[in-house]
Amino acid sequence: MEFRPQIIAFLCNWCSYTGADLAGTQRMKYQPNVRAIRVMCSGRIEPTFVLRAFIRGADGVLVCGCHPGDCHYQEGNYRCLRRYHLLQKYIQQMGIEQERLKLEWISASEGKQFAELVNSFTETITELGPCRLKQVMEELT
Amino acid sequence: MNEQKPKLKLAVYWGAACGGCCVSVLDVHEKLFDVVAAADLVFWPVALDTKYQDVEEMHDGFIDLTLFNGAVRNSENEHIAKLLRKKSKILVAYGSCSHLGGIPGMANFFTKEEIFRRVYEESESTINPEKIKPQPEYKVTEGTLEIPVFYNDVRPLDKVVDVDYYLPGCPPQTERLVEVFMAIVTGAQLPPKGSVVGAGSKAQCEECTRTKTDNKLIKKFKRPWEIYDDGVTCFMEQGVICMGPATRSGCGHRCIKGNAPCRGCYGPTADVTDTGAKIMSAIASIIDSKEPAEIEAIIEDIVDPAGTFYRFSLPSAMIRRRL
Ligand code: SF4
Ligand code: FES
Repeated sequence: MEFRPQIIAFLCNWCSYTGADLAGTQRMKYQPNVRAIRVMCSGRIEPTFVLRAFIRGADGVLVCGCHPGDCHYQEGNYRCLRRYHLLQKYIQQMGIEQERLKLEWISASEGKQFAELVNSFTETITELGPCRLKQVMEELT
Repeated sequence: MNEQKPKLKLAVYWGAACGGCCVSVLDVHEKLFDVVAAADLVFWPVALDTKYQDVEEMHDGFIDLTLFNGAVRNSENEHIAKLLRKKSKILVAYGSCSHLGGIPGMANFFTKEEIFRRVYEESESTINPEKIKPQPEYKVTEGTLEIPVFYNDVRPLDKVVDVDYYLPGCPPQTERLVEVFMAIVTGAQLPPKGSVVGAGSKAQCEECTRTKTDNKLIKKFKRPWEIYDDGVTCFMEQGVICMGPATRSGCGHRCIKGNAPCRGCYGPTADVTDTGAKIMSAIASIIDSKEPAEIEAIIEDIVDPAGTFYRFSLPSAMIRRRL
């Protein structure tokens, strides 16, 4: 059977979620693999959220927030950026491909960019194939 | 009538452990008399000659309290864990290895094959041209020899059997053990099953006496030997990674008093599932940069983040082994 990646996208309420919404209201077509989770700010996305997404079977995780300087809580996206780099180093050590986790800034007007991001990310993950994490953890007694 | 309380039956066992936990039990020093007055030690491989068979012959629930230290790494550890569960009324995961996987749990960064290759082929002091590896069974003329099966994964005790309480620490503070023990002896109200006992519930930082300012932002991570520690300022503020923000209090911050940063042996606080994820959050909030390249460079200075953040808790973390 053809592999259809499951992707979890954490979107900040003020920019990225609105951007994704715009892609919808403008009736743009993009890959249906993404499940969006709306959070108030990208600074709310704790490392646990990302790890849990992978543990529960996500093949890729997308994290989106407002562009630098635009966060509605001032510093949230910088916090997110630093967590992201730490997580990247950590998941690599654990044997998860770094490409499976991606951070992008999407503004409220960037519906098109969001659709393109989803398409390109879906393609990357499809090429990588399924993430083994969930299965490996379940097999551990 | 002079009613004498029957003595408690106490057992101590080590799985994959360094022996430090057993020493921490011995460290009760003269309090040992109080312990012996209240309890009979029925099984303790490090100190007594009770055989496994003697334990097998005990009736179920015979032992009142078992302190199980060490992780479960091989079939022998697993067998005894299950046996002691059956024979004990209260089973305590004693020490970091039993509680979270501990230092032996870092073996989950490797597979069994990698470990065997390193130990029996590549290590500097090994000469083994025939590449002989341990076999769980070996036939000799006299019969079959058996040794325990080495598992691919290290597990904390509660991944193998039902655990009543957790007493954290590497090793636990002996004073805490005595308190817990005395609570059981005097029949004090015991906490609900599954509780962490002999420790606090807050984070280490809240008890730490080092000076903290509001402005802890750092440009560079350093290893402890790279700083002139003033003995006063919070380690994090000096750029040294300290597991304090993600670690349960209760140890009396012994390491910090000894001018070493917290390494996290007491495990996560009550409201945290994953120590490493928590410390990643804490560290992200003190890095003084907004530029991706600079952030990456700063993080580059953290040698072995996974090993540092999950030093004691890898087998009980969300991601319990390297893929
Ligand atoms: S980070 Fe470490 S040194 Fe700083 S307050 Fe917390 S426990 Fe103390
Ligand atoms: S509100 Fe969008 S990143 Fe903070």
